[in-house]
Amino acid sequence: MIIQALAFYLFAAVAIASGVMVVSARNPVHSVLFLILAFFNAAALFVLMGAEFLAMVLVIVYVGAVAVLFLFVVMMLDINFVALRQGFQQYLPIGALIGLVLVAELVLVFGAWVVAPGAELAATDRIPAPDQISNAHAIGLVLYTKYAYLFQVAGLILLVAMIGAIVLTHRQRDNVKKQRISTQLGRRREDSVEVVKVRSGEGI
Amino acid sequence: MEIGLAHYLTVAAILFALGIFGIFLNRKNVIIILMSIELMLLAVNINLVAFSAHLGDLVGQIFAMFVLGIAAAEAAIGLAILVVYFRNRGTIAVEDLNVMKG
Repeated sequence: MIIQALAFYLFAAVAIASGVMVVSARNPVHSVLFLILAFFNAAALFVLMGAEFLAMVLVIVYVGAVAVLFLFVVMMLDINFVALRQGFQQYLPIGALIGLVLVAELVLVFGAWVVAPGAELAATDRIPAPDQISNAHAIGLVLYTKYAYLFQVAGLILLVAMIGAIVLTHRQRDNVKKQRISTQLGRRREDSVEVVKVRSGEGI
Repeated sequence: MEIGLAHYLTVAAILFALGIFGIFLNRKNVIIILMSIELMLLAVNINLVAFSAHLGDLVGQIFAMFVLGIAAAEAAIGLAILVVYFRNRGTIAVEDLNVMKG
């Protein structure tokens, strides 16, 4: 139990510290790397809560896809980040004030809030005992039966996002020489070869 | 000392407030704003999984997975728009995003 508490405090502290670094780092590349660290620690917190499948999905989706996408965009675009940081000090007080107010509100909510008695009984899909059936198996049993339509819609949204991203960023460039196989194959003899009668001593 | 629901909710609340704080702090840089939104969605996911574990209900984890997928789609579209915008204007400063103001 003490090990669990120590692990929780370690992961939570690192996650919050890297969250602070994400919003305050001078270099956006460092921001992305701290975002990756925050996601890793959040995944560790998920494992502590017994949601190991979601933890692995978080690592794969965020560290493997989203963070790399961010890193790619930050490094590919030639952006003057120094100019974008102007006004940083000016916005600091109002941002800190709103953040503190939000944390205070949430703490007040949690302080006065208790789980209603019998709320556990209202659960429709109970988490099975981990020694009988694994977390991934249990999620699959619910996700592919009761939430199959929602699952399909989520896949559709990802498809739309993929097509949208491709359509937005794809551009046709005119000054690039490319092989066009259709015009190559559609070429006829008359278009490209001309037989010329050359009189001797005159040239063409 | 028992680590319970309140501990996880506190972590999630701090991460969410950090996301809001980041939006206010870097209000010129769209990339950091997008990263702050990802941070806030992560906090929401921590909340969902914490309640799921506390109440013994699997639906919270299912919902967290949907949130994860939509967040990935949002990041992809947002970054694509960012790339196109940078190509057209040569900057990503938020205050220059006023073409549609009329």
